[in-house]
Amino acid sequence: MGKLILQRLGLGVVTLALVSVLVFAGTEILPGDVAAAILGQNATPESLAALREQLGLDAGAVSRYFAWAGGILHGDLGVSLANRQPVADLLWPRFLNTMALAGYAAIIAVPLAVGLGILSAAWRGSLFDRIANVVALATVSLPEYFLGLLLILFFSVQWGLLPSLADTWSGMGLGAWLQATTLPMLVLVLVTVAQIMRMTRTTVLGVMDQPYIETAYLKGIPNGRVVLRHATPNALAPIINVVAFNLTYLIAGVVLVEAIFNYNGLGRFMVDAVSKRDLPMVQAAAMVFAAVYVILNMIADISAIALNPRLRHPRSKEA
Amino acid sequence: MSASDMHMTDTRLFQFGRRGFLAGAAGLSALSMLPGGLRAQEQPQRGGLLRMGIGGGSTTDDFDIRKLNDWVPVNQAYMVMNGLVEIDASNTAQPELFESWEAAEGAVEWVFKVRQGVTFHNGKSLTADDVVYSLNLHRGDSSSAARSVAAGFADIQKISDFEVKITLTSGNADLPYVLSDYHFLVVPEGFSDWANPIGTGPFIPESVEPGVRARFTRNENYWKPGCANVDAVEVIVINDVSARTNALMSGQVHAINSLDFKTVDLLARNRNLQIVRSAGGQHYTFLMDCTRAPFSDVNVRQAIKYSIDREQLLKTALMGYGSLGNDHPIPVTDRFFNKELKQRAYDPEQAKFHLKKAGMDSLSVTLQTSDAAFTGAVDAAAVYRTAASGAGIDVSIQREPADGYWDNVWMKAPFCMSYWGGRPTADQMLTIAYQSSSAQNDSHWANADFDRLLTEARALLDDEKRREIYWELQRMIHDDGGVMIPMFGDYLDGVSNKVQGVTPHPMFNLMGARMAEKVWLAA
Repeated sequence: MGKLILQRLGLGVVTLALVSVLVFAGTEILPGDVAAAILGQNATPESLAALREQLGLDAGAVSRYFAWAGGILHGDLGVSLANRQPVADLLWPRFLNTMALAGYAAIIAVPLAVGLGILSAAWRGSLFDRIANVVALATVSLPEYFLGLLLILFFSVQWGLLPSLADTWSGMGLGAWLQATTLPMLVLVLVTVAQIMRMTRTTVLGVMDQPYIETAYLKGIPNGRVVLRHATPNALAPIINVVAFNLTYLIAGVVLVEAIFNYNGLGRFMVDAVSKRDLPMVQAAAMVFAAVYVILNMIADISAIALNPRLRHPRSKEA
Repeated sequence: MSASDMHMTDTRLFQFGRRGFLAGAAGLSALSMLPGGLRAQEQPQRGGLLRMGIGGGSTTDDFDIRKLNDWVPVNQAYMVMNGLVEIDASNTAQPELFESWEAAEGAVEWVFKVRQGVTFHNGKSLTADDVVYSLNLHRGDSSSAARSVAAGFADIQKISDFEVKITLTSGNADLPYVLSDYHFLVVPEGFSDWANPIGTGPFIPESVEPGVRARFTRNENYWKPGCANVDAVEVIVINDVSARTNALMSGQVHAINSLDFKTVDLLARNRNLQIVRSAGGQHYTFLMDCTRAPFSDVNVRQAIKYSIDREQLLKTALMGYGSLGNDHPIPVTDRFFNKELKQRAYDPEQAKFHLKKAGMDSLSVTLQTSDAAFTGAVDAAAVYRTAASGAGIDVSIQREPADGYWDNVWMKAPFCMSYWGGRPTADQMLTIAYQSSSAQNDSHWANADFDRLLTEARALLDDEKRREIYWELQRMIHDDGGVMIPMFGDYLDGVSNKVQGVTPHPMFNLMGARMAEKVWLAA
């Protein structure tokens, strides 16, 4: 098992390296010259040449890539083109904001979704099962910006219960923070619950069809205990996978939600950077998103390996 | 800065950046509408916290007066600092830190008196040295966005502690208007800490998080009477137009800028809000390259100008929040607007007549466009296409990516769409886009008489003589120029009824970016 986990870690590192090449290449082929974009209408051939040299754009793409990737290994994300501030100073506080919102949503969404999934598996075909499924499918079918606007329309504009701006600042109290971020949290919960819940239900039901579950029933064990003690533990690996997948969405997929609620997170930061052609900021943000994606998926794979009884207790080699 | 058409950001904000260095609206009197007419001006009241939701800010903003190029930094700069000259709501140059001015004949040499008794936030008194230092930041080897404007200053000299003499490279009767540019703000001599600005303005920064939020408290020693009424101002940067609108509707902010033309009518139904509609100089253009066939023939240009339905375009693209254009860039709000020039209308017969004069039965042209030109430009092109086909002109629309539009299409395509932000004076607008030697003469139109008259009018101090020349210049562009200008767009803001003292303003949104110092909150 140790070897498997090591292999998975190695693969993760390789993936990240490949991603860094893609991010760099992707920003390279964006139309429009960076120097021209910065100077705008003040561009003269001399000032363009001077700025290109200052930005190091004269060097070849390959050597610039290695300089950039080498910097990242040392935690140096480069400096913003617009105001020469270190990108890291601008990026990490916003990354923490995004993580905080994702955490808030995950703490509610994951237990809720897994719980609902197990319950609807236990009461398969019941009214509860059907209602939970229909509601979850309905919310996941709506695009998140539409859900967000709906919630704002009712909770903020009509009823005045919650603010439409997720306006946060460092040093604000927890209560105020929770109030400010509740609407975006709700959107994220609504969007993620359905998939986790349906996956949980399906895998638990899949396990429930196994002969040993039938045996458990025949022994006279009550339904709830069969589901919780016998079925769910064996369904955990796929559930963890789908939870990890949704967590990556909560962190890396919140660009729209952050825009609707004007939340000061990494998604808005990246939109900002793209519109200002601030390539070091775009690259850094894209790298962080990619890293989150790769790392969370890696953790899910490793947990799946660790939770697999066959891998945890390998049989002695057969002759 | 090229305009970039991000899905979730308001593209109009970025357009502002491209030509923002002197962008603004020219006009003598703001054509203005508050619902139910202008409210009576009551006595300003002190106190309260004004919350503004402004689009057009970024994490990399600071207060560097040389780099100001978007709405949030410009509004915030006016909270902390003062300009030399202020354009008032009727588009007239008013004294600010320059108390008065006088020009010698020929408008080359100017003497400005610096206001006395003004102190910076750090307690230092304002003198001519600070003004000279601040102006010099834009001159010479400067990265200033106002560099090309400042290039017209041949010499800036302190005459006494409260007098500054500016010598120009050539006469310009509009110098006070030129000095109203929002880059010409004043900081103490030697100042350069742009993250922590010091000015003479109405508010003092308390905390600033660029691109996110900022808070300012009142400068208790502010010199301008009747201003700085609120105790504090909070700016929340909201680049997404629907988030901005929601924040206003749910009462989280008192005022927002740049409303979406498509939703203004819905917003206007809300009784707790007022829509502030300011007519100004921003206008939308169809550019024909006068050096290339078929547009090198003035008859073809005329035919094109007759083949557009301006009323319809104004209604569909701007939902009526603007005014008709007459194929020249001077807005009706400008004191030199030519009132006698007949408004050109949609006239397929005239278009066909001019085509025939050019020796053509029909015409096929390709119009390159993008929403980078202005929000709704692609739709506007489609509307135009239908009207033009009625005049025997077949327009095929070539949609270009918003990215790189200003680098690759504007000034390069034979027929494309664009826009201009307004300028405080007719001279600036005509010079930048129509003088043959201008780097941004975007229709490549060259007319020696025009150039000569334009230079002549610039140095005239006699307004009546200038008016005659400017009227003639507008007529020349209207008849001969390579730009079809179907409409002018208004600046639209949404403001809570709690905010009082709000007026439309011909320069930009939010009362010429000076709303914070002017308004007060109802008790």
